[in-house]
Amino acid sequence: MKLEQMYQEIILDHYRSPKNKGLRAPYGAEVHHVNPTCGDEITLRVRLADDGTTVDDISYDAQGCSISQASVSVMTELLTGHPVEHDLEVAAAFLEMVQSRGTVDPDEDVLEDAVAFAGVSRYPARVKCALLGWMAWKDALAQAGAVIDVSDDVSTEPDATRATNVTDVTSTTGAGHE
Amino acid sequence: MSIHLDASPLDVQAIRPDFPLLARTVRDGAPLIYLDSGATSQKPEVVLDAEREFVLRSNAPVHRGAYALGEEATDAYEAARRSVAEFIGAGFSEIVFTKNATEAINLVAYAMGNAVWAGAEAERFRLGPGDRIVVTEMEHHANLLPWQQLAQRTGAELAWLSLTPDGRLGLDDLDQVINERTKVVAFVHQSNILGTINPVNLIAARARAVGALVLLDACQSVPHMPFSVQQLDIDFAVFSGHKMLGPSGIGVLWGRQALLEVLPPFLTGGSMIEQVFMERSTFAPPPQRFEAGTPPISQAVGLHAAVRYLSDIGMSHIEAHEKYLTEHLLSRLAEVDGVRVIGPTSVVERGGAVSFVVDGIHSHDLGQVLDDRGVAVRVGHHCAWPVCRHYGVQATTRASFYVYNDVDDLDRLVEGIGAAQRFFGVTS
Repeated sequence: MKLEQMYQEIILDHYRSPKNKGLRAPYGAEVHHVNPTCGDEITLRVRLADDGTTVDDISYDAQGCSISQASVSVMTELLTGHPVEHDLEVAAAFLEMVQSRGTVDPDEDVLEDAVAFAGVSRYPARVKCALLGWMAWKDALAQAGAVIDVSDDVSTEPDATRATNVTDVTSTTGAGHE
Repeated sequence: MSIHLDASPLDVQAIRPDFPLLARTVRDGAPLIYLDSGATSQKPEVVLDAEREFVLRSNAPVHRGAYALGEEATDAYEAARRSVAEFIGAGFSEIVFTKNATEAINLVAYAMGNAVWAGAEAERFRLGPGDRIVVTEMEHHANLLPWQQLAQRTGAELAWLSLTPDGRLGLDDLDQVINERTKVVAFVHQSNILGTINPVNLIAARARAVGALVLLDACQSVPHMPFSVQQLDIDFAVFSGHKMLGPSGIGVLWGRQALLEVLPPFLTGGSMIEQVFMERSTFAPPPQRFEAGTPPISQAVGLHAAVRYLSDIGMSHIEAHEKYLTEHLLSRLAEVDGVRVIGPTSVVERGGAVSFVVDGIHSHDLGQVLDDRGVAVRVGHHCAWPVCRHYGVQATTRASFYVYNDVDDLDRLVEGIGAAQRFFGVTS
């Protein structure tokens, strides 16, 4: 049954017991994003290391469906404490997976628990739910002054395509800003 | 008042074959249970047949072309206008075809804004600082944002009637909200999210007393109950074709003849003119003044067929059928622990749009479980976000029905709610 494929146990667990929920200070930037189609909303804070290259903390307060809530919970576990550059690669992989309509076989080494959201990609109406927290994080990251150390030869390779995808989606979900 | 019905006056099993879509399955073979007619209705084959016949045999531009096809197309288009006029007890030239109901409301709001540059005949449409526009807290965004925008453009003030705990309009402060400075009152006949049917003439009487214009959003009433502008003390009404078994791409504005004659245009261009010079132009009389550009011709033909289909069933039968279904669903939902209806819980002055929340399950998740079982419902804020805010809910799940639904459909919905409660582990 497709329903169980989408609502993996990992998702239901994170929905019932979300990780890192609750806003914390200090923080570098705070953003508020909404999903205009359903009214789900999130306030998310990012704190970076002093040199701006590492994500030290992600905290949030959110209301929404199981997919949006579990997704941001999983995200905070995946991205906190890692270099910005690494996190952007994970975010790009997540985006590619959930937008793939089921055609992308996710890399568990990169996405870890977030591979549980692969089933969401088969339901286009729910993709925005899964991306709500990730897009808020990306916005907050930029506002907090994240420093991404990308050398020229990397940006001309396939990773550059990923970066373009991320930018495109940020601008579409940008309609969700309040 | 007793409205209890033991049975529906409609033979749904005889109606359903007219709608081939209803026979299909979704999501790995689940029979489709369509409960989202408040958003858009399904179409009977006769509507598609009429459109197809027109396009394949008589398609041509209307109101021009001195050739046979042009005459046929014009006749078909204007016959649609006549059928819609008769359907709501209106005059022929009081019916304006628009793209949809949203455009119809914008037409009135923008035309009122344009009254600033029009002649003295448009005086009563003019708004400025000190004037007031009144709406209600239960409006669809389509009947809220155009008025917010008009208020911003003109400096007029926006005020609104609020909601009561049982899902109705608070009318205690009617005389204060609709004050002497009010120029227009725009409100919904039947709420798309709460199902509430508002007391049109009571509100309109107050508007009349202060000389305000009255616009009625009839999107959820014209398709579902007998509706006559002769029995309603209003100036404008709007509704859409696709919610009444007709095609998408066509909406209707009804306006009182005397008002349409002095209302400035909204969209300008071809077809809406009288004379055109390089420096200025004059406009055609209504309804043409408000139908700039090529109108939705085949859609009008389809809408004509939909009106015929609805009339053949009988609008009072449809109203009784939906009351019967509404009563059934409300009583079934009342039996389910953890379900709360957002809106009136009795069928008195209430139609067939039933919104509810289920404790512990977000409406998106509920909708997903229902979808897995073939049950199509609307989830979210239903383009009435202020209503959700008022009742402190993030989103609701809404079932809305029509001529092709029966009690089995509603029972499938209730079973699905139980399944979702078990799936998400919130069964008490």
